Order: sequence, then structure tokens, then C-alpha cells
Amino acid sequence: MRKQSIMPRLRRMFTVHNLVIGIPMIWLFALTAAPLLLVLNISLAHMDITSVSSLWHWADNELTLKFNFGNYLYLGEDSLYFDTYVSSLKFAALTTLYCLIVGYPFAYFISRAPAHLRTMLLMLVMLPFWTSFLLRIYAWKALLADNGVVNNGLMGLGVIASPIHMMHTSFSLTIGMVYAYLPFMVLPLYATLVKLDGRMLEAAADLGASPFKTFWLVTVPLTKRGIIAGSLLVFIPAFGEYVIPELLGGPRTLMIARVLWDEFFSNNDWPMASAVTIVMILLILVPMALFNRYNDETRLGEKS
Amino acid sequence: MASVTATTDREVLLRIDGVSKVFDGVVKAVDNVSLSVKKGEIFALVGSSGCGKSTLLRMLAGFETPTSGRIYLSGQDITDLTPYERPVNMMFQSYALFPHLNVWDNVAFGLRRDGLKGAELAKRVDAMLSLVQLSKYGKRKPHQLSGGQQQRVALARSLAKRPTLLLLDEPLGALDKKLRETTQLELVNIIEQVGVTCVLVTHDQEEAMTMASHIAVMDEGCFLQVGTPDEIYETPNSRFVASFVGNVNIFEGKVDEDEPDHITVICPECTHYVGHGITGTSGMRVAVALRPEKIQLSPVQPNKNHNWCAGEVVEIAYLGPHTTYHLKLETGMVLKVQQPNLTRKMADDLTWGDHVFAHWTRDAMVVLTE
Repeated sequence: MRKQSIMPRLRRMFTVHNLVIGIPMIWLFALTAAPLLLVLNISLAHMDITSVSSLWHWADNELTLKFNFGNYLYLGEDSLYFDTYVSSLKFAALTTLYCLIVGYPFAYFISRAPAHLRTMLLMLVMLPFWTSFLLRIYAWKALLADNGVVNNGLMGLGVIASPIHMMHTSFSLTIGMVYAYLPFMVLPLYATLVKLDGRMLEAAADLGASPFKTFWLVTVPLTKRGIIAGSLLVFIPAFGEYVIPELLGGPRTLMIARVLWDEFFSNNDWPMASAVTIVMILLILVPMALFNRYNDETRLGEKS
Repeated sequence: MASVTATTDREVLLRIDGVSKVFDGVVKAVDNVSLSVKKGEIFALVGSSGCGKSTLLRMLAGFETPTSGRIYLSGQDITDLTPYERPVNMMFQSYALFPHLNVWDNVAFGLRRDGLKGAELAKRVDAMLSLVQLSKYGKRKPHQLSGGQQQRVALARSLAKRPTLLLLDEPLGALDKKLRETTQLELVNIIEQVGVTCVLVTHDQEEAMTMASHIAVMDEGCFLQVGTPDEIYETPNSRFVASFVGNVNIFEGKVDEDEPDHITVICPECTHYVGHGITGTSGMRVAVALRPEKIQLSPVQPNKNHNWCAGEVVEIAYLGPHTTYHLKLETGMVLKVQQPNLTRKMADDLTWGDHVFAHWTRDAMVVLTE
């Protein structure tokens, strides 16, 4: 290998190109990777009354690294954690499914509306964002409470004799979650549906596919990216959702974010809370990785 | 010509009866059009964009419903059938292949809708792929194919169900010129091999003339002329058809002598002696259409009283097999003349500024009253 002087190498490092890419990279590292490493660090430590123990110890010219896997092992031992993960996944999956069922026709309708109406319809989807999230969730309390708008209305009409108990059940929780996350499903679905080539649908009809078959065999596969993107946008935050279960969920509704809260603020057990977080992230990374792989495959297909 | 006479006594497969299509209550895209297409025929609808040819094709496919009129296929009224109920398949402009399916599944799509599966399905799809010489490409996705290959997949997909009527929407529009010429004949070969009746839409009159046995020239939703390619080219019935199909010189003039076997037309440029009669009277205003390739050039003045004029060469377009000259006549009219290059280019060939005489025979031109 030919020896190079240091200056040209330095100059090559500080090109405009590298600077432009470098700044966001540093940003990402400082705000995403570094905190994550800190959490990972804490999850492997002990809690010493008020502070977190150090992972490494330097004495007598020896560096000792001590990893405490006890928190992770405890996650497996206490069935509460397992049940909570499963329950959180279940609620997140149900929320995603209902958002898809409600959101797809929504997005389909908007994408097929006359062009001048589309912007307005999209605005209506995003309109709730203009008011406070907490306020909107509280509003559901007023709607679903035993003496709330829905029960009073139904009783006034004589449909029911006594109020249906809806608040603080998994029903109210699911309604709140679907309501809050619906726009995150509709927007990516709309983005793929509006780009859908109408001639594809005509070609399917021409080849003998009924409207229903055309939808399943052409529309859905061709909007798969929107379905996956929307599902992830709903599933990931829904999995870690804290506020909605706290306000609308029942006392026995198990959601992982609540456990996290308890570990941090009630038990003051930071390492345990960190371990819960790390496992949560790993559970989310799996669908993410699958999506990315699919995305890479289809991107090739769209280059033509 | 043999194939044309052969089709004349065949049965009518497609009959369009007074079909109109009005969009938004005002825009007449297709205006009271009637047409018969015989079995085995390749019928071309030509016209510039917006002439209604695509709307008419879409009505045949079932994507548009006629505002009035009926469409009959093999004697059956199909006007109100949905696209998926019609025994009609279409090859779409720029193909509309399903990007998420491979070539094999694209071709199989229509057959699967008919409930075909297993060995029977494989047999039909494989036969189609070998017909278009794409047997080895079954596993490829459409985006992995060249434009010409995609076109053949589209053809295979539209022929797979053995449709009674095949519709082609600008079948070669997405290909480059060189590929288009070879593909034209290939396409016609395959269509004739299968024996399917075909209606094709194109804005390219050359494409229509090479591929079709009959042509309808459309403008503003109406048929201006329907006939064989040579009828349309050699005896156009209007100024529009004459200038839309190929190049033409149009002389405006007045009928002088009106005899059954010939007429003379006096124009500012020259007097035309036309070797056919017209239904008209002397003194009537007419146009004389003269194709550039039917004119000869000569350096000396022709020894006759009509069918010649003098001009100066103002433009030369050397195209290899032939050269197009633009002659500026005394009246200011520019006459297009096409000369075959019978010999290699010579030093004494015509050049800019040369004064020459253009002349033609009595059977070279056609008189247009519209």
C-alpha cells in the first residue's frame, strides 16, 4: 500500500457531501443511539438505593465488567410481564386491525373523490389534531360514561332501560385507540391509493374479474405498501400507549407502558424499567425489519 | 388485395348501431357512429387525439356506456354488459401489466377467473407464452422486461382467454420507431395465426395502413371515411382525410370542363386534367389532391397544356430511399414532391435555388368536393 500524507485524507473527509450527511448522522446518534445505549446500560446494572451501579470497575490494574442479567431473567420469571406484553400486543394488533378496516374505505373514498375535494377531505381527517389530544380522549369519557351522552341518548329513546357499562372496559380502550390512531392509517393508505393506476383495475375487469375479485387481487396487493406503512404507524405507538389506557382503560387492563411507569415512579427500579423497555423495543423491531425487507423488494419493482 | 376480397363474404361479427357518447351533457365524444366489422378482420380507427376513437374503443370494452345506440357482438346485444361479462379483451395502451405478478401469472389472470387450474391452466398459459416467444420469461416480473417483451406479454394476456373480439389501444405507441416496424408485422402474424377479429386504435396512419384490412378515419366523433387502406389513401373523400392520411398537395380551383370520363379544373397554379368524372357541375369550387410521390421533376418544360407547373427548389430533405423537395410556385404555394433515389447521389442533382418543372399524369390526382 502506498503511504498517504494526512492532509489530503483530511480534506477528503471534510467535503461538503460528508458534512451534509454528517450533521444529521451526529444528530441521530446524539438523540437516538446514545439514549438507547444509556437505557441498555442501565438495564444491565443494579439499583443501589438512589443511584444506578456502574457496569465497569477499575481496581488493581484490572478492568472488571459486570453485567446484571437479573432484570431480564426476572421478566421471564414473573408472569405479569409476559401477560402484559401479550396483552399490549393484542391491543395494538386489534387497534391496527380496526383502524385498517375503518381506514381503508375511508382512504379509498377520498382517493376516488374529485380532485378539488380531496384536499378538503384530507383536512377533515387531520382536523382533530388541531385540538389537544388529552381533551379529545377526555371527550370520550363524557360520551361513554354511565350517565354519558350515548347512554342518556339510548335511554331517552327507550332503546335500553339501564345504562350499558362502557367506560373503563376494553371496549372503551379500543374505541379510544382506534379513534386516536385512525389518521395515521388513513394518510399512508391514501398516498398509495391515489397513485393506483386506474388502468390496472380496468385490465382486471377486462380479464373477467368481478369488482370484488379486482379489489382482492389487484387493489389490495398494489396498495400493500400503504397497508404495511399505516399498520406500523398505528401498531408501534399503540403498543407503547400510556395515556389512553390510563384514561379509558379498565383497572385490570394490562398495558406495558403502565408497568413501565410503575417501575420507574412507584418502585423506583430503573434497571427493571430499562429492561422492560429494551424488550419492548426488540418486539417492535421485528415487524419493522420485516417491513424494511419488503420495502426494498418492492422498490426494485417500481423502478421500471 | 386477396385477403380483402376474401373477407367481404364473411359474416359480420361486430355491429355498432348509431352509437353516441356525450360527456357531462355537452361534450360529444362520439357522434352517431355505425359500423360493421367482419369476422377475422383487423379494423383500425385512426384520428388525431380527441377525435373519439379511444372513447369508441372503451365502449366496445365496456368501460364506457353509450349515451345512445347499441353494440352487437355475434348478433348478441352487449351494450349493457359489464367489462367482465364480455367475451372481449383489450390490450391496453402502455400495457397495464400487473406489476405485482410475474409474466406467467399475468397471462394466467384471465384464465383463472374462468375457473381454470392445474394442468389445463398451465397448458393454456404455456401455449400463449410460446406463441409470443416468451416461454423462458415466465418467472420474470414485468419491470424486468424490455418494452418489446412487455408488449408481447400484454398481447399474450389479452389473447389467453380466446376472446371473440380483441381490442388494441395504441398497441405500438410505447415502442421506438425501429422496433415498431418489426413489431407491427409480428403482431399481425400472431393475430392472423389465432384468427381473432380485431379493432385497433391508433393515431399513426402508417401503423393503421400496415396492420389493418379496413380503416375508419375519425374526426370530432364522426367517421369521415371507412375503407381499405388503399381506398383511403388513393381516393380520400375529403380534404381532411387526404391530408390526415399521408402527405398531400391541395390545389383549390374551379371545375371548367365536366365530362363523364374526365374533368378539367382551373387553379391559380395550373390547369388540372383529371382522368375521372365527378358528381358536380362546371363552375363548382373543388380541391385537387395530389400526392408528392406521384409528381415527376424535369429540367425542361413539359410539352403539354396542363398538369404541370414551374417552381424553385426551396427545401430538400434527403431521406435515403427517396428525397422530398419543396418547390415554391409563382403563386407562393409550396409544392411537396417526393422523388425515388434511383441512382446514387450525383453532383448534378437538384439543389437549392434550382428552377424545375413538376408534372404528373391524368390519373395521379383525385378531386375533392368536401
